[in-house]
Amino acid sequence: MINRRTALKSLALGAASTLAIVGALSSAHAENKTLKIGFVGVTSGPAAAWGTSNVRSMQVRADWINEKGGVKIGDDTYNIELVTFDDQKDPKRAIAGMEKMAQEGIHYVVGPNVDDGAAAVRPVAESKGIIYFPYAFPKALYTPPASNAVLGMVANYQSAPAIYKYLKENKGVKKIAFVAANESDPLSQRDGGVEAAKALGLEIVAQNDTYPNDTRDFTPVMTPIVQQKPDLLVLSGVAPANAPLLIRAARELGYEGLISAETAQDATVLQEGAGELANGFISVGGASTPEIRSAEMDEFIDRYTKKYGEYNDESNTKVYALDYIVETLKANPAAIDNVEEYKKTMDTFSAPNPFVKEGTLKYVGQTSFTQKRQISVPMVVTEFKDGKFETLFVGEVD
Amino acid sequence: MEQVIANGLYLGAQYALIALGLTLIFALMNVLNFAHGQMYVLGGFVTYAIYGQLGLPFPVALAAASITLGVVGALIEKFLFRPVVRRSEREESTMLLAAAVAFFLDAVILLAFGEKQRGVPKIVSGVFVSDGLIMPYDRMVVGIVALAMIAAFVLYMQYSKPGRAMRALAQDRVAAQLMGVKVDRYSMIGFALGALLAGAVGGLLVTITGVNSGIGGPISIKAFLMVMIGGAGVVGGAIAGGFILGMMESVGLTVLREYGDITYLVIFALLMVFLSIRPNGLMGKPWG
Repeated sequence: MINRRTALKSLALGAASTLAIVGALSSAHAENKTLKIGFVGVTSGPAAAWGTSNVRSMQVRADWINEKGGVKIGDDTYNIELVTFDDQKDPKRAIAGMEKMAQEGIHYVVGPNVDDGAAAVRPVAESKGIIYFPYAFPKALYTPPASNAVLGMVANYQSAPAIYKYLKENKGVKKIAFVAANESDPLSQRDGGVEAAKALGLEIVAQNDTYPNDTRDFTPVMTPIVQQKPDLLVLSGVAPANAPLLIRAARELGYEGLISAETAQDATVLQEGAGELANGFISVGGASTPEIRSAEMDEFIDRYTKKYGEYNDESNTKVYALDYIVETLKANPAAIDNVEEYKKTMDTFSAPNPFVKEGTLKYVGQTSFTQKRQISVPMVVTEFKDGKFETLFVGEVD
Repeated sequence: MEQVIANGLYLGAQYALIALGLTLIFALMNVLNFAHGQMYVLGGFVTYAIYGQLGLPFPVALAAASITLGVVGALIEKFLFRPVVRRSEREESTMLLAAAVAFFLDAVILLAFGEKQRGVPKIVSGVFVSDGLIMPYDRMVVGIVALAMIAAFVLYMQYSKPGRAMRALAQDRVAAQLMGVKVDRYSMIGFALGALLAGAVGGLLVTITGVNSGIGGPISIKAFLMVMIGGAGVVGGAIAGGFILGMMESVGLTVLREYGDITYLVIFALLMVFLSIRPNGLMGKPWG
């Protein structure tokens, strides 16, 4: 029988144990310092998908790292805290965002997502000691004297020659057409693609066709291009929201050739928007296909899906930036608040790539930029088939 | 050339339907509804959820999108615009309110439906092919439904009691009130009808162009363009503006393609010249 004294004793013991556990947990938590990582990019408006996939990838990865007790850098253990800023794809706001990051004492920022934003933040990043990881392709951002920007993906001038060469040799492509949104990123990507096609001796049958990025019905845009009967239609710098609409318009107008893009796409969006008409569509992803991805990548996808309800295939590439920052800081703890130390480490840095079965995290870009200012992401060229991406071939950037 | 004309007519039909709701609200309340595009987007997402996700028949989804937006429009008019119109001495207040509603709906839609482009299964499969014309059957169905909805709307405004009351309000608000027209009631019906049209066209076009949370603003801008061409507040003007813009886009994208993306540059330049000659648009003041 439980008497009053026993009950009081049990209660006191329980309370003491609870306090001890809470105290231990909080002291363990308190021991961890905070490593703030920034994001400046677009998370609203028509291009929201680009930045949102960045933020969500970073958040899932940061939560995962924190859940495992944080990341040990030098003698300290850090929990990762993300500070995000929506630049609305406006360069002026991107500058304000980078200023905010500087005010918060942040030295490592992912983004911006587009060319003009990435160019606009350069002076702030360089003067305030910030390394940033844009998803923008202008070479001037990464070539000396610029030194604070690190390209976060494979550029189209790196992937396009490989894709066109493969399609020329394996699919008999001879005539090529380009269509791009009338914005700086897609237009510069189109120009890069045109140069690559010329270098391969392909006949360019259309290269001036453009469209406003907010176009909803692409039939009038595609009508004259389809009439040129190209073997390959390149959707230069196409946003994931527009890709299925362009593919659908071309196919419904009777186009039977190949269609490709050098930007990452989302399988669900393609399937919903174009269905079987998107079969055969060629694009570039990160650790995107089951054949090459690791168990850790599978877990990342699971965690992302649980947290946000649905995975975004763009995150196959976007997941990398945070890991590069963390792993580089682990390799050189002095870089935690000194980006010059970070730059020194980039030349020799190497770590296992957790997201693919075989691979290494390392900085590349020597050929394109004459210095290592690009993260190495697997250049997985994929073909869309029945709602999924299948690996066409895997390349690597020097 | 047949293809270009067919593309223009199809675009025109959908543009006209988009512009109708906007011009109706402007005619009745002198409110430029900046949230019109967001209402279109919401209609698209309701259709996506019911037809694309739940798998219910498309007409059910379209009706649900229309009714949902009708109710949303009525609530917005009753609880937001009516008090502001009553108390404010400056017309700009309603514009600011409309912009606030647009931003609010943008944020709500982004939170509720995410950032991805969404699409639904085609309502009709197959493509009509002849020597000079290729047109998917679903576009033909959507074009015909759009024309039928435009006709139904015009007949409703012309011959129904609420339609006559709303036309009276648009012509002279004070005189209509003196003649016994219940201004509050018909303003709410008009706003709800305008929102319903936005939802219906959003629901209809999600089968062709899909929908994403960021397209509300650009849709509103295009709708303003059509309304300005036709004459703000004039139903016939909105229809004419829609078809003119659709045809200009289709022809421009074919004829001017070698010069890059100058079609809209040319359209805006022509619009500036046109408005300097006819500042009230093609058809002048509301309902004559």
